[in-house]
Amino acid sequence: MLVPVKWLKEYVDIDISTKELSDRMTMSGSNVEVVEKIGEGIEGVVVGKIEKIEPHPNADKLVIVAVNVGEKTLQIVTGATNIKEEDYVPVALEGAKLPNGLKIKKGKLRGEVSEGMLVSQDEINIPKAVIPEDMKDGIWILDKPYPLGKNILEVIELEEEVIEFELTSNRPDCLSMIGMAREVAATIGSQLKYPKVEVKGIEERSNEYAKVLIEDVEGCVRYVARVIKDVHIAPSPQWMQRRLANAGIRPINNIVDITNYVMLEYGQPLHAFDMDYVEGNTVIVKKSEEGESFKTLDGIERKLKKDTTMICDTNKALAIAGIMGGEESEVTSKTKTILLESAYFNPEKIRLTSKSLALRTEASSRFEKGMDPNVARLAADRACQLIEELAVGKVLEGAVDVYPVKKEMDKKTIRPNRINSLLGTNLTNQQMIEILNKLEIAVTVQDDLLVVEVPTYRIDLEQEVDFVEEIARIYGYDRIDATMARGNIVAGGKTNGQIIEDITKEALNAMGLNEILTYSFVSPRSIEKIKLEKNIIKKNFVKLLNPLGDETSAMRTSLIPNLLEVMARNSNRKVEEFRGFELGRIFISKGDTSEKLPQELLNLVIGMYGEEDFYTLKGVVEGLLTRLGVEDYEYEVENHHPTFHPGRCGNIVYGDHTLGTLGELHPEVMDNYGISQKCYVAELDFELLLQLIRLDNMYTPLPKYPAITRDFAVIVKENVLVKEIEKIIKNHGGSILESYKLFDVYKGNQIQEGYKSIAYALTYRHKERTLQDKEVNKVHEKILDVMKQELGATLRD
Amino acid sequence: MENKLRTLKENAELEITSADSMEVLEKARVKYLGKKGELTEILRGMGSLSSEERPIIGKVANEVREAIETLLEEAKSTMKSKVLQQQLKKETIDITMPGKKEKIGKKHPLTQGLDELKNIFIGMGFKIAEGPEVETVYYNFDALNAAPNHPSRDMTDTFYINEELILRTQTSPVQVRVMEKMKPPIRIISPGRCFRNDTPDATHTPMFHQLEGLVIDKGITLGDLKGTLEVFAKTFLGSHTEVKFRPHHFPFTEPSAEVDASCFKCEGDGCNFCKGSGWIELLGCGMVHPNVLRNCGIDPEEYSGFAFGMGIDRLVMLKYGIDDIRLLFENDMRFLNQF
Repeated sequence: MLVPVKWLKEYVDIDISTKELSDRMTMSGSNVEVVEKIGEGIEGVVVGKIEKIEPHPNADKLVIVAVNVGEKTLQIVTGATNIKEEDYVPVALEGAKLPNGLKIKKGKLRGEVSEGMLVSQDEINIPKAVIPEDMKDGIWILDKPYPLGKNILEVIELEEEVIEFELTSNRPDCLSMIGMAREVAATIGSQLKYPKVEVKGIEERSNEYAKVLIEDVEGCVRYVARVIKDVHIAPSPQWMQRRLANAGIRPINNIVDITNYVMLEYGQPLHAFDMDYVEGNTVIVKKSEEGESFKTLDGIERKLKKDTTMICDTNKALAIAGIMGGEESEVTSKTKTILLESAYFNPEKIRLTSKSLALRTEASSRFEKGMDPNVARLAADRACQLIEELAVGKVLEGAVDVYPVKKEMDKKTIRPNRINSLLGTNLTNQQMIEILNKLEIAVTVQDDLLVVEVPTYRIDLEQEVDFVEEIARIYGYDRIDATMARGNIVAGGKTNGQIIEDITKEALNAMGLNEILTYSFVSPRSIEKIKLEKNIIKKNFVKLLNPLGDETSAMRTSLIPNLLEVMARNSNRKVEEFRGFELGRIFISKGDTSEKLPQELLNLVIGMYGEEDFYTLKGVVEGLLTRLGVEDYEYEVENHHPTFHPGRCGNIVYGDHTLGTLGELHPEVMDNYGISQKCYVAELDFELLLQLIRLDNMYTPLPKYPAITRDFAVIVKENVLVKEIEKIIKNHGGSILESYKLFDVYKGNQIQEGYKSIAYALTYRHKERTLQDKEVNKVHEKILDVMKQELGATLRD
Repeated sequence: MENKLRTLKENAELEITSADSMEVLEKARVKYLGKKGELTEILRGMGSLSSEERPIIGKVANEVREAIETLLEEAKSTMKSKVLQQQLKKETIDITMPGKKEKIGKKHPLTQGLDELKNIFIGMGFKIAEGPEVETVYYNFDALNAAPNHPSRDMTDTFYINEELILRTQTSPVQVRVMEKMKPPIRIISPGRCFRNDTPDATHTPMFHQLEGLVIDKGITLGDLKGTLEVFAKTFLGSHTEVKFRPHHFPFTEPSAEVDASCFKCEGDGCNFCKGSGWIELLGCGMVHPNVLRNCGIDPEEYSGFAFGMGIDRLVMLKYGIDDIRLLFENDMRFLNQF
């Protein structure tokens, strides 16, 4: 909402600076976004009259103009085409300055002397959007004669400060000068000055000339019509044009400008119909029929939904109520008689119609927020007063005012002690009453209670708590003492799950992995890119009805696709090394069960490329599991997972459950993402992991007796898994086997083709005594023996 | 004999002091003091001395031995430290050569920012509550007193799964879920992902992060809201921070406020960072609307409370000087390594 300050002062006394006003208004709830100074930086621009226009001898597109600026007549060369002799125009004299930085010098244009410049509105920083159509690309033509040679700033109110307020959606009553004046008066405690509305009228009466029928009583609560005869359409006076422009509305002609002016004053949208096109001199407010369409004044034929509130005459539709008029009945330069409409339309119906037509207008945006039906007559009268004052036409006596059920002021009861207890204040009844009175809310005291009368324009004041806010904001939030919440002390903290998430992230960070965060949605095609299109669970996406695009149209069922997008992006950007992880949710549809919400499950993915191989990834996974105290898991060879290399992939298994999968990415998947280097990816079911985590560690005494270490190297067939060897070591190591470690794998010249050499270091220790060589030998030999029998292993020399 | 000893001593002294290695010193020791050394040799001749001469010469011989021994010790010690010095010098390396890289990862800057916020509120007795990203229209809007025609419900603003389900546009539905389950006193924060139908640009992404807080108890006031959030702002942004509460409007709180903090770059003088105003918009807050309490089965006559919510992405961007929100979700390793 743009509020020109000088204009505002017509409705309320303001004796503080605009800066202070802005600050105080912000603190009472009308947030000031910016204050713009209009008309700053204009120097040496005076009123001139064009006396003669002659062609330029050397240039087709220029003319030579003789301009009378009072004491003398100047010769000015201009390219403007919208001027004519006798026009009054602003003239920038030699030495003049314009806000765009231009300094005017005497000079020659194509050989002809030019002693100044004719000024356009654009050149004095008036926004293009509010420059009248005929002056958009030309000189500013003044509306009437002004004293020649007078400084333009003295004859036209150009200088103005405009405050832009950011208003909240609950306060449609503030969308007007008077509404803002009320807020100012309440905020700074000054006097409101409502305009004095008086219409003289001619003898002929509106209600003899026009009839109004409301058939759609749901859509229209009140309809006021006034008739104006002998209308003379012309530009409106300069002061009105300036005010409209400063408030962001382009001046058009006197009638349209007056309706807009009154809309800005009172917030009430008005509409003028050319009475000659209103058949039967009758306005009927009724619902549209099925399949009806209507051509609005912007020339577009619009299909209407059934039951749209329409303004009609006895034969046809004239306007879509509260949204836009029709082409036919629009006021033109030929219009002689006008029917002026000031009505209250149902906000919800306007909103739905505006939405279904995708047509929002200044009027519709006001009606849909909710106006005050009690202001409709006043606004119509105010417009008629201005029509008389500006001699635009003859206003007929009286109005046709159809208002079957008058909206009365609501009475509410509020409890002062309740207000204080919510605010933490000790305001007296008297303080509260004063604040409410400032807001034009009448208060009577009834025992311990305040009975308030709510003005009909304050549609936001519904219950006690709404008055708590009114009192708080006018009293001043900054005057309320800051205290710490009393009451029961509750211990803060994180849940176990949250703590484990933190530990997981920190452990992975410590192993050199960065945390990544990606969108919760993916492209449904991503499931094909990771070759899981046959996976019934993963391909059953929870899909958005209105996604931004295919790329973000389905909730992810796996964290892998987004991880791979990130890895591909890094790889394409020549980032040499990637080590990342994401701990986030996947979304599993529950199908058609009665459960509405999908399952949201925490998953963990890890991705790497660069100086890495499968075992780096495996080391990270094992490091994490160790940190989380997860033991007794096993690896199983996985050669059917479509996302991974069939020879380089495994599942992490815990009992009957698969905790996760890790492996090298399948070359086809790499292709699908345009990644050329080998990628290693692990995916873990974090929900399952959460159940296996053991963080309640107990101290085990450090060993007191020495350990004995024995190494061995065996030769086995190439396809024997290390896991099989380790199983034998574990099963036969007995209680004295403390640990074992693989330290060498060899394939090559010294070993027969198809075989490999595997070397282990085994550590034996007894908890309560020093071990004897004999005991160790027995166990060690047993292990080697079993390996020989079960795996055909031979000791390597 | 005494002369012999003195000559021996002089010779030994000369040899020891001019020695240039441990080996030479050792040779000198053997030569003079060894079992077959010169001093032993001389002492062997003591038997031919008279009983008067013997103690005298014996004393001299002992003095000579001690002198040579002392000298040797000193020379050896000097030599040892000289040798060490030489060795250390030889071992000198170019310490300006690069270190061997140990890899260290970082949490995402959003997580880091969030951790900081969580810790502040945990310190004030808050617990952390979580809720689903896919929400019902009821929890996201209806229960939070959003009017049935509120524009935020439009498909141009909110992502819909179907008529009943949406992607939550705020983390406030978690508050409703908590209030339904827990009896007051309640003191929670709910951080998490939110979604709005915004085309990505430098300041918008369809997914972003919020942190909301809720306090419900008997006798909670607007003053308490101010106090709690002032402590938060000063802890998060520094103790000089000033805080301004401006009246505002939200459907689920009444009275409502927006909170500005004095700019932590210019401390309120006005800079590029705060667009010249000296203030930075920090969060929205208010006293929980009685309709919302009622919707959650809490009697507004018995209990009151406040709620607040802030955009984490924006705060993190302000904090680190990140000028494009999309960078947060691109996850370029070179970006992530900076935090």
